[in-house]
Parts: sequence; structure tokens; C-alpha cells
Amino acid sequence: MDDELAISVRGLRKAYGDNVAVAGVDLDVRRGEVFALLGPNGAGKTTTVEILEGYRRRDSGEVRVLGSDPASPDPHWRSRVGIVLQGTGEFDELTVGEVVRHFSGFYPDADDPAKVVERVGLGAKAKARTHTLSGGQKRRLDVALGIIGRPELLFLDEPTTGFDPEARREFWELIRDLAAAGTTIVLTTHYLDEAEALADRVGVIAAGRVIEVAPPKLLGNRQESLATVSWRTPEGVLESAQSATPTALVAELAARHGGEVPGLTVTRPTLEDVYLTMIGHR
Amino acid sequence: MTTTTKPAAPATAAAPARRPGAGVLALRQGRLEITQFLRSRESVVFTMGFPIIMILIFAAIFSDEIAPGVSYTQYFITGMIATGLMTVSFQNLGIWIPIERDRGVLKRYRGTPMPKWVWFAGKVIMVVAVGVAETALLLAVSVALFDLELPGTAGRWLTFGWVSVLGVTACTLCGIAISSLARTARSGSAVVTPVALVLQFISGVFFVFTNLPTWMQQVAALFPLKWMCQGLRSVFLPDGFGAQEPGGSFELGRVALVLGLWCVIGLVLCLTTFRWTTKRDG
Repeated sequence: MDDELAISVRGLRKAYGDNVAVAGVDLDVRRGEVFALLGPNGAGKTTTVEILEGYRRRDSGEVRVLGSDPASPDPHWRSRVGIVLQGTGEFDELTVGEVVRHFSGFYPDADDPAKVVERVGLGAKAKARTHTLSGGQKRRLDVALGIIGRPELLFLDEPTTGFDPEARREFWELIRDLAAAGTTIVLTTHYLDEAEALADRVGVIAAGRVIEVAPPKLLGNRQESLATVSWRTPEGVLESAQSATPTALVAELAARHGGEVPGLTVTRPTLEDVYLTMIGHR
Repeated sequence: MTTTTKPAAPATAAAPARRPGAGVLALRQGRLEITQFLRSRESVVFTMGFPIIMILIFAAIFSDEIAPGVSYTQYFITGMIATGLMTVSFQNLGIWIPIERDRGVLKRYRGTPMPKWVWFAGKVIMVVAVGVAETALLLAVSVALFDLELPGTAGRWLTFGWVSVLGVTACTLCGIAISSLARTARSGSAVVTPVALVLQFISGVFFVFTNLPTWMQQVAALFPLKWMCQGLRSVFLPDGFGAQEPGGSFELGRVALVLGLWCVIGLVLCLTTFRWTTKRDG
């Protein structure tokens, strides 16, 4: 039922002229879930998300977001949805603190602006004009504006583009905090490690369709796929074999080598391998 | 609504303030717009300084009288007051709104629960505040240096008031409307500046209106600036000068009619053509 689902999409279609951007997307996002939408550029991720955010009109299909049709967003619905867009709107002449404080006024149950600025890691930059921020810092400001209204549902469109690795880890902590507090989160990303680290479920979208939805560990039958075992022969030649029973193979190798197997590795396909295979098939 | 489990961000710490009323939101928006305007040095210098520099130049070049007791400078000053009002409204908005649209500032506002009209109200408050300040400055300089006489009767002040209000309203609405013609941030000024400049030349700002070719006068009479200039001449020049106007009087009724009509045209264009996002944003 609606109460269980933050987002429910059936048969969503959107074309720009002859170019079909979204060709029949079905999608359910449960309340409290972190859902990642993965897909190559031009796959229809942003179009789909912007329809859910109430920015774009759809050509056809059923869409419910927090129980309402986002095509006619009202202020109450808007106050429950937080949005971090891909392109950032800049306020050159204002300071970080001023912008966040100003936006807090739009929401009925806004968070404390100073606290939010601190939380996204911009505490030291609160009095800085926004044009003096680095790309990653601007992105943090975007996130601050997305969460200032304490949204029930938060959209993040490629939120960590331009972040250094440390900033990404901090950002992931923030997302986990929000998720732990019950916020439903929908994020699009190019980074597979990000999807794997954050998402309860991943939806892979390609050519305007969702081709699979699964927890990151299960995507593309990752767990059942064959493991690759590699080792070096006594002559120093690298050998490898695919096996459904890698443990048995390793035991056999150990017996053959009389103990330590030189250069032994056992790997399964990474999320990236699985993902590339999936979109490669399209 | 949401409670955080992390002690770093206790949602209960900040007593949730209710969202300010719509009137307060509009005032906050106006204050933000004024702050942004004052902090961008170019717009302050251009908007506030340009009319004064023009008066200083033209007063130094032309010192003759165009009618008994009416110097060219006084005639020109009334035109510059009208031009100043058009600059803060029509040019200011026609140039800045495309920049904000291109940067995604407008899109970001649309993603919040802010009622749409609050954003427009903020622009109007900014235009009125800057317009009043700029006109006051212009009057002070003109009275001090060029013997301009301030209106001596309540009736003249009243005319000054309604001509300014109607003129600024028409120009504000047209400025918002024309902002939708610009496809990119940079093209705003390319669209607006030629329109404003041509209107200034044909509407009797730089030249005495009745000295212009008749066809040019007829073209100018279709647009607001000519009528703003004429209305302001009735405020600052002797009553007898009305006989020199093309219609044989200051025609205040027609001034009100044309400016009122442009308010309606501007409003209709705003309501039908205004875009919160750029074309490529769909």
C-alpha cells in the first residue's frame, strides 16, 4: 500500500521529440530505504528523478511520491521532499549562513541553520561568500539546502561529484545518519562503491528502462556467479580457473603445492563488473 | 517528525519554529534581493551612477533654454528620472533573471515550498527600494547643481507618485516578461540593452521629443517610456510648457491609460511565458 511505499512508478514514459528518454519505467521505493539509481549518461536517470521531484511532466504512466502525484506539487508536499539537484544554483553575493537561513524560512519544521551548516562540514565557511567555495564545498551547500526542511524523502542527483575521497566518506556518514533517522533517500550516482556503501537496493537503468532492482550484493546474481581462483605455478606462470566450488579447488591446490600456494587470489565479480556486463548487454 | 539516533545531531534540540507567514516571507525575499543587489558593485554603480553621470555630461554640453523659463537641463532631468526608473526595473530584471535562471537559482526556489508569488514580490520590493533611492539621489543632485525645482503642490507630488508607480509596474512586468526571451545568462543584456537604448532615443530623453521626426514620435507613443517622461514633465516643468507637448497638453489621462495598458500586457506576458528553468532543462 501507499503507506509502505515512498515512491511508486508504473509505466513511466517521457520523450523529447523523437528521443525517448524514459521508455516505461517501473519502480518502488519503500519508506526509510536508501535506493540508488545507477546507469550510464543518457540512460534516463535524471529525467526519471526530475519527474519524481515535480520538475518535469511525464508523457504517461502512474507516479505516486509520498502519496501524491508530483505533476501538481503543492507547498505541503514540497515541504516534505528535499532535493539536491545535479546543477547547482549559485548565490554569488550571499554567505553560506545567509543562504541556509533564508531557505530555512520556507519550511514549516526547518532544522536549525547553524547546525545544518555544521553537519555538512561547512562550519568554518559559514561566513564565506558562496562564490569563494570549492566545487566540493558548493555541493555540501546544496546538500544543506536539501536537508534544511527535515525532508521525509531526499533526492540526491550525483551528490558527491567533485568530492575528494575523504569528503565522500564524510558525506556517506551524513547519509547514513539521515537514513538511520528514517529519511527515505533516492540517489543517482556514477560511483559503484558509493551505491554499494549506501544503498539498501540498487536499480540499474539503461536506455530508459529499469533492467534490474536488487540489493547490491545480489545484483546480477553476483553471489552465485563463478569465483576466479588464480595462482602461480612453480615455473612462475600465472594460472587461473573459474569454479563454483573455489574452496575445494584451493584445498586441492594446497595439497598439490604441499602447503602455501604462491600468488593465490580468489575473487568474485565486483559490482562494477556486474554492472558493466548488464549495461553492455543492452 | 523525524528523530535522529545520532547524538551529533539531535533533532529535538531546536524547537521547530513555525514557517513565517506569507507577508513575512515576501519581506525576507525582498531583503535578500536588496542585499544581493547592493553587494554586486557593478549593478549599484551602473544603476545608481549612470543617470547622474549622464546629467552631468548633458548639462555641460547643452546650456540653452528650450522654452521661456525651461532649460534643456531641466527637460533632460525629467527624462533621466524616467530612464532611471526604467533601468532599475526593466533592464535590471531583464538582465539578471536570465542569469539566475541559467545558474539554476530559480529551479532551486521551485523545489522549495515557497509560494511562487513570493519570489516575484521579492523582485518588486527590490525594484521599488532601489528605484526610490535612485530617484531621491537624482533629485538631490539636480536640485543642488541644476536649479531643478521640486514639485510645489500636493497635486504635483501626487502625479509624481502615480506616474512613477504605474511606470515602474509596467517596466517591472515587461522586464520579467522579456527575461524569458534570453536563452542564456549572457544574452539577457544583449536582448534588453538595445531595446532600452532605442526607447531612450525616440522617447524624448536625450532630445526634445517634439524635435523628433513625426514617425519616430508615433512609434515612441506605443511604448511606456515616452509617457513616463511626459507625465514627469508635468510634475517638474511649468504648467505653460504643456502647450509645447505634441498633444497640446500633458495629457495625463492618456499617460495613465497607456501605462495601465502596458501593466496589463506585461502581466499577461509574465503569466503565459515565464520560465523557471532553461530550455535545455525541459
